[in-house]
Amino acid sequence: MSLLEITDLTVSFDTPDGTVKAVNGMTLSLEAGESLAIVGESGSGKTQLAFATLGLLAKNGRAAGSIRFDGQEILNLPEAQLNAIRADQIAMIFQDPMTSLNPYLRVGEQMAEVLMLHKGASRRDAMTESAQMLDAVRIPDARARLRMYPHEFSGGMRQRIMIAMALLCRPRLLIADEPTTALDVTVQNQIMDLMGDIQRDFGTALILITHDLAIVAGSCQRTLVMYGGRVMEMGATDDLFEAPSHPYTRGLLNAVPRLDVPQEMLQTIPGDPPDLTALPAGCPFSPRCPIRHGPCADIMPSLDGFAARRLRACHADREAVT
Amino acid sequence: MSFYILKRLLVAIPVLLFLIVFTFVLMYAAPGSPFASERGIPPAVLANLQAQYGLDQPFHIQIWRYLVALVTEFDFGPSFIYRDQDVNSLIAQGFPVTLTYGFWSFVVAVLVGGALGILAAVRHNTWLDYLAVGVSIGAQVLPNFVLAPILVLTFTLWLGWLPGGGWQGGQWQFVVLPVIALSTSYMASIARIARASMLEVLTSNYIRTARAKGLPARRVILRHALKPALLPVISYLGPAFVGMITGSVVIDIYFSTGGIGQFFVASALNRDYGVMMGITILLGALTILFNLLVDVLYAWIDPKIRY
Repeated sequence: MSLLEITDLTVSFDTPDGTVKAVNGMTLSLEAGESLAIVGESGSGKTQLAFATLGLLAKNGRAAGSIRFDGQEILNLPEAQLNAIRADQIAMIFQDPMTSLNPYLRVGEQMAEVLMLHKGASRRDAMTESAQMLDAVRIPDARARLRMYPHEFSGGMRQRIMIAMALLCRPRLLIADEPTTALDVTVQNQIMDLMGDIQRDFGTALILITHDLAIVAGSCQRTLVMYGGRVMEMGATDDLFEAPSHPYTRGLLNAVPRLDVPQEMLQTIPGDPPDLTALPAGCPFSPRCPIRHGPCADIMPSLDGFAARRLRACHADREAVT
Repeated sequence: MSFYILKRLLVAIPVLLFLIVFTFVLMYAAPGSPFASERGIPPAVLANLQAQYGLDQPFHIQIWRYLVALVTEFDFGPSFIYRDQDVNSLIAQGFPVTLTYGFWSFVVAVLVGGALGILAAVRHNTWLDYLAVGVSIGAQVLPNFVLAPILVLTFTLWLGWLPGGGWQGGQWQFVVLPVIALSTSYMASIARIARASMLEVLTSNYIRTARAKGLPARRVILRHALKPALLPVISYLGPAFVGMITGSVVIDIYFSTGGIGQFFVASALNRDYGVMMGITILLGALTILFNLLVDVLYAWIDPKIRY
């Protein structure tokens, strides 16, 4: 049994401009201790997928389908039951460390309350454990730092605190939503290294949500490419980078600037991100696809396996994707 | 912090001085006289009166005398209208009255308004929210000179529960109606500010973090959202508190409470220079004091603010 099993998940939002379909029939599974990267551009639905998992969708959001965690259906659970899972079983790290910590509470208070809530720890024990966890994410002088407020830390430090806070209850799944996007490049590397170490040491399964392919390459066993709220392709990270099987993945990889090839202009994928209120009946990428043909605009290709642990959803032949 | 407070109090001195001089100049420049009356006063009597109050002196002598008396003896001088009464005793009689009903108005406005606003935000777009918004808009558009007669009509004439005026040393029966009449519009403002700021806080990233930690909704609101949501309310409360404890013309006249609120308009109309100056200085000093208090409270709540 997989740790996380998402089947045919849809997430939509009622807005004055119509229904925004953020996630459209997502299916994926994740084993305990495994790391999976979810890659896609802004608006591909990757963040809403994560929010749906933890029941954190905005009030106008609706999710349907199935999300099973450890065999238990957790989609649309009542708040009280979700609260027992949040942070204890599934923890989440958010995109913007500058605003994700409460600026009006000391860091120690914000960390300790997690342990006091889920583990029934005393305040003193919770503080001690919080300090140890800050130590584990390599924040020096942890004991004293507990008494400080978030604004007294740099962005990278705050993301370390978020990571430490997420790990306090030793969750079985950690969802990191663009954990390094708001940080400097050098700090990005430190944070990614840290996440890798933590994942190994704690045996936590990891879903890393990002649009940055460079980060994915070194850190996750498997990669899933999303577009328009659907899976475009999935596979072992090395295989997928070596031989992308979907024109969208190809486009993403081409868009990464290279130092070894002289380039005048940065490569882009022509066209605009999909309008989520009016998605095509067929493949959401078809309006921008360089190799689209007959059925693409009208019929959504099914997500089919074609090699060991590789899936793709595309009407075109694999040989056509170069 | 204490250095900051001391500094602010020292800065208050030139501010108050400027306020006094500016008000004095305005009064001096305005036409009319406290002794003008329809019957007309014989010139000899008028000259006598003017000499008695020092109004025959040049401007700089008048203001100098006023300042010296104020600083050395804390003497606000005589009233020009209420014969045999000086401004100190008028304020000493009237201020405890407005302070009493103003303070209770403040308590009611903060408790009811704050609770209404926060509840409305937490139950955003439910009937409770619509009710709270409806009540606060209604309370805000109802001026107290309309509300006061409605209250008297209902509670005094129809139900006979409460007296329709008077003060009697501030027994509670005499305080209730003035408090309702005065606090209603402040309550509405507080409810609107609290609701708007709570709604904003509830969409912030750190509230999402708190929810992702599995904290129950009540704890998310009380522990993580309440403090930041109250900051805009607090900055409104400083001036609002001063406005309430210095009373209101409508309340004092309508309920015959005898507070200093009635002087705001009356002293200006009557050219009662002494009372007008006294009221202005009192209001100015209180405003400075409570703005300072608000800033200190801000620093206490928001750790990013350090003086």
